[in-house]
Amino acid sequence: MIANGTRTHEPLVRIAKRRERSRAELILLRAAAFLLAIVAGGAFIALLGHSPIEVYAEIFKGAFAGNKRDPLSAVKQTLVFFVPLIVTSLGLSLAFRMKFWNIGGEGQIIMGGIFATIFALYSTDNPGAIPSFILLPLMFVAGALGGGLMALLPAIFKIKFGTNETLFTLMLNYIALYFLKYLVSGPWQRTPGFASIGNFDKSARMWEIGGFHASLLVAAALVIFVHFYIKKSKQGYEISVVGESQPTARYAGMNVGKIILRTMFLSGAICGMVGMIKVSSTYTLTEGITGGVGFTGITVAWLSQFNALGMVLVSLLFAILQKGSSVMQTSLGLSADASNVLQGIILFSFLGTEFFTRYKFVFKKNNSKEKE
Amino acid sequence: MKEKIYAIELNNITKTFGEVVANKDVCLNVCHGEILAILGENGSGKTTLMNMLSGIYHPDSGEIQINGQPVTINAPKDAIDLKIGMIHQHFKLVDVLSAADNIIMGRHQKSKKTRKSKLPSELSALCESFGFDINLSKKIYEMSVSEKQTVEILKVLYQGADILILDEPTAVLTPQETKKLFAILKNMKQSGAAIVIITHKLGEVMEISDRVTVLRKGESIATVETAETTPKQLTELMVGRPVSLEIERPGVEQEKNMFEVHRLSVKNNDGVYALKDVSFSLNGGEILGVAGVAGSGQKELCETIAGLLPAEKGAVLYHEENILGKTPAEIINLGISMSFIPEDRLGMGLVSSMDITDNMLLKSYKNGKSPFVNHKPARELAQSLVEKLEIVTPSIKTPVRYLSGGNVQKVLLGREIESNPNLLITAYPVRGLDINSSYKIYDLLNEQKKKGVAILFIGEDLDVMLGLCDRVLVLCHGEITGIVDAKTTTKEEIGLLMTGETKTQQEEDAE
Repeated sequence: MIANGTRTHEPLVRIAKRRERSRAELILLRAAAFLLAIVAGGAFIALLGHSPIEVYAEIFKGAFAGNKRDPLSAVKQTLVFFVPLIVTSLGLSLAFRMKFWNIGGEGQIIMGGIFATIFALYSTDNPGAIPSFILLPLMFVAGALGGGLMALLPAIFKIKFGTNETLFTLMLNYIALYFLKYLVSGPWQRTPGFASIGNFDKSARMWEIGGFHASLLVAAALVIFVHFYIKKSKQGYEISVVGESQPTARYAGMNVGKIILRTMFLSGAICGMVGMIKVSSTYTLTEGITGGVGFTGITVAWLSQFNALGMVLVSLLFAILQKGSSVMQTSLGLSADASNVLQGIILFSFLGTEFFTRYKFVFKKNNSKEKE
Repeated sequence: MKEKIYAIELNNITKTFGEVVANKDVCLNVCHGEILAILGENGSGKTTLMNMLSGIYHPDSGEIQINGQPVTINAPKDAIDLKIGMIHQHFKLVDVLSAADNIIMGRHQKSKKTRKSKLPSELSALCESFGFDINLSKKIYEMSVSEKQTVEILKVLYQGADILILDEPTAVLTPQETKKLFAILKNMKQSGAAIVIITHKLGEVMEISDRVTVLRKGESIATVETAETTPKQLTELMVGRPVSLEIERPGVEQEKNMFEVHRLSVKNNDGVYALKDVSFSLNGGEILGVAGVAGSGQKELCETIAGLLPAEKGAVLYHEENILGKTPAEIINLGISMSFIPEDRLGMGLVSSMDITDNMLLKSYKNGKSPFVNHKPARELAQSLVEKLEIVTPSIKTPVRYLSGGNVQKVLLGREIESNPNLLITAYPVRGLDINSSYKIYDLLNEQKKKGVAILFIGEDLDVMLGLCDRVLVLCHGEITGIVDAKTTTKEEIGLLMTGETKTQQEEDAE
């Protein structure tokens, strides 16, 4: 009689943990997520009244097919999107591996750009004072230093006072941005009435090798560096342990504070390099220096699970989407914002499949014990 | 037997988590007015089974009958409505409320008045009828562990439970408190309640239960009448083969006072004294046991010696050198190894997402001048440990979080021992291990002891400590209440010390 009163029914679907998937399965799952994103994105494009195949083809063409004069022009443009993105995500991933949520990529890029511009402006005011082969490395180091110091700030506060690094780094972005605005429309202003500091002297412009920016080499070197730093170096090992559990790190005799400071400096320094690459490639410093990569880089780092080689793939994909869709606007009249929607869809489907790496659905069985 | 109506009857219950089969075709039953013990090693599926009865999990297949009626229990509320009360290992009480408030919490109340006036009298009647001795207006945070447990039991009784499930109820109790609990359980049995007690302690099974159902690897192996069985038979059922329960205690030439702790006082993270004026010495080639109710300062003792927690005052002397104030890295380099197995097993000794090889490196990754980690010796060490300690793992590249608790512990302890320490601090090294693995660990410790290593063994099972250790130090609320010779002392004596009665007091009482 007790039982009858409280009789309940088994739910139709339950969520259950599943065993860990193998590496191959994980790659397949990600590939499926990508395919799903393409299909869902296609549906979205169709909804806007365009042919998905046509649009995808246009994006692809826009990203790779150059004009007759320079068949590589589109590729070069795509790489201009690619390099800042991959370098930023490499930098952020170092902090993320340590579970230090560095959302301050934007600010670190800006600060890197500002530091590098100090030398570029000096050289512009005194043409020929510093030869290019000294000036550019100098700007590079300055950029790294600017970004690194910017990132050190939240790390120090985190260690000393336990502040929340997410909010701290986020807020620093705005401080950096308004400082930049002050500079370009204040002390560094070159064109009255415009927030512009004018163009750099030739010696402060990024070298080009066969029409490609030398920054591509920097990016390649950084990919290799970060990959081995994380996987093989003692410091990389420390980052993994601190990220997993700080008590464990202390137990193992690690100086956790030092590791956090060092890693955040490195993370910020790599982001700062992006600032230097940006100013030396565009020959000037503007408010739009980051192009939002400080935030997009977060997405890239997460989608590739902080894997350096994975970040290359994801950055490339995002760069293709961004460059390709800028063409889409002129040729098909489809807003370039559509590419942002596509990026969002990709992100969604990737994160959505994460669920299936750990859980599965269990459906109610037919032979359930419903008697009566 | 078929016509008999059981309070609980489980038929062929199966539950899997991913690939892991936690329960397979488990059958058991318990009548009103009976105490059933569920005996099994850790990982044999006892807790999973009971969680299905209390509505936390849902069985994949099989049938649950309560009072002869098949039921589906989807949520803890269903279980309460079926008059099933579960006492978990970890109490679920609100610290800042009084016992009475905790007990009536969550009950539907017709009017607000009842809360203040009528309930306490009902409650005190309940206390009286079962022989609970408790102050209902006392706040939970002022209570001892045993009192909190009493509140938990009262809570489920007040909810009307007449089927009571207790998950390892004695783990946090001293022997004296256990006796009190058992008296209450017997009272409840007399008044017709059905009681299921989950445990892995044989002595308790023999003392309290009417029948025993033995689980092994998720299956119900046998159900026997307690009166007709012996601890030896139960162990064999539990392990699946005959085992010897003797623990070796080799006599070793001892290096006197290799390690000394002198008037050590330590505050924990909340600023409360976790250790007060603790002094003891430890010889090389000696195993000194540390007994005490969980949370008596064991963790702080380990962490202070390892350099993780600063001391308020006192000294820790290692070969007559004070190591207080040294960094953990310096202490590791002195050959002092600390392995603390916390309740979640992984804790701070291992990095769960890393494989065995990378975990071998935790304390030695800095060796060598190269900026890169040398993985080769770690791989070899991992391989040899896997073979020597019979660690069950798909490969040394498997992240340790996929290993079972026992294997995780072997990895941790193996690494610590391979680092050739001079002082080995090990807390709960056999926590949750099956009997066979436990004995393997005792052998490992004895091997170290024979090498002249000083061992501080923080444990929970008094029988083991009496068998393995040379001396046993008893902590109570951060103070040493006695250091006794393990060969001559008794469990009862240690039990009294654990409750805070010092040795001199005992002697006075005896007079």
